[in-house]
Amino acid sequence: MKIAVASGKGGTGKTTLSTNLASFLAENYPVVLTDLDVEEPNSGLFIEAELVSEERKFKMIPEWIEDKCTLCGICQKVCNFHAVIQLGPMIMVFPELCHGCYACSELCPEDALPMIRKKMGQLKHFKKGNLHFVESRLDIGEEQAVPLIKQTHKYIDQHFDKDFIRIYDAPPGTSCPVMEAVKDTDFVILITEPTPFGLHDLTLAVETMRELKKEFGVVVNRYGIGNDDVLKYCQEEQIAVLAKIPNDRRIAELYSQGKLIYREIPEVREELEKVKELIIRRMEEVVR
Amino acid sequence: MKIAFTTKGTSWGSAMDPRFGRTEYFLIFDEEKDKLSAYDNRAAANDAHGAGPKTAQKLFEYSPDVLITGNGPGGNAAAVLEKTGVKIYVGAGDMTAKEAYKAYKDNRLKQF
Repeated sequence: MKIAVASGKGGTGKTTLSTNLASFLAENYPVVLTDLDVEEPNSGLFIEAELVSEERKFKMIPEWIEDKCTLCGICQKVCNFHAVIQLGPMIMVFPELCHGCYACSELCPEDALPMIRKKMGQLKHFKKGNLHFVESRLDIGEEQAVPLIKQTHKYIDQHFDKDFIRIYDAPPGTSCPVMEAVKDTDFVILITEPTPFGLHDLTLAVETMRELKKEFGVVVNRYGIGNDDVLKYCQEEQIAVLAKIPNDRRIAELYSQGKLIYREIPEVREELEKVKELIIRRMEEVVR
Repeated sequence: MKIAFTTKGTSWGSAMDPRFGRTEYFLIFDEEKDKLSAYDNRAAANDAHGAGPKTAQKLFEYSPDVLITGNGPGGNAAAVLEKTGVKIYVGAGDMTAKEAYKAYKDNRLKQF
């Protein structure tokens, strides 16, 4: 079972929900929580576990061989990302802009742009009891999150069997990294807050999930602030509201100390219980 | 000397565009020929990534000696511009092209 926690708007509680839900589920089931917000992973702040392994992650980029190059210009014409630029008698490669598509390298008639490895980030795997935690972190200056997210998915597929409930903490927004994070998951939880901003970005996230033909439901965080528009929207659009996490100063205080909230605040545990029931029900459906 | 400006229009009275990579236009003033020409760069707005190097490459085709802009180019664009040897002056983002030219002549702009 693969569940992604995503949101249109940033700062609505993806990490809060992911870390608390994963830890809560791990009380009874084997769980792997993966932080796919590789540009700024922060689930690790809330998970205390032992480091199991660590890997450097690489992407492939072209390297210009001046002696072979005839300056025909094909490479820069085929690059959609302006990562290869011809400047007078030279070719410049911008590794941070490169999507690693191989087009310039494959289409170069002189083999003057062979692909080489470039480090883009680091993957770390932690474990405590039933809970595994995997975090990937993009190196400073790297612009492409998608290749690292892809490789992290691969790591999870290779290291965890189907008995594990997989929770993915997705990046914010609705762009490529989010799609890469959620595209192979069975269910997406969209977390939002009941404010005009929250609603606006939720509608974008809903459109994205519908485009990707994903099953999804909504969790309302900081319930009690703002207005009822998010709930009305979900009702009109027939979107299931899975849980409502109350707006509570104690939650913010615990969060600021890097603590999990469901252990201290019974109302949060009750809401997580609802999400857990949904997950367990779906797992049983899959088995049948 | 050929002097390039990042601008939001095609004449001396046009406001400067403080951005380099996504500047709407650039103007090239050829001092010897006393001639001002404009290049339309508005297509750069559609580039999700890599607008800087692309604009720098376009600029290279006009081989200016000096570039006058606002905020200054980003890292990738600066890497290209460095190879072209163009001298870059910044801080003209709130001026018109004419004012920027005068400020450059009066040595009031900062070299990047």
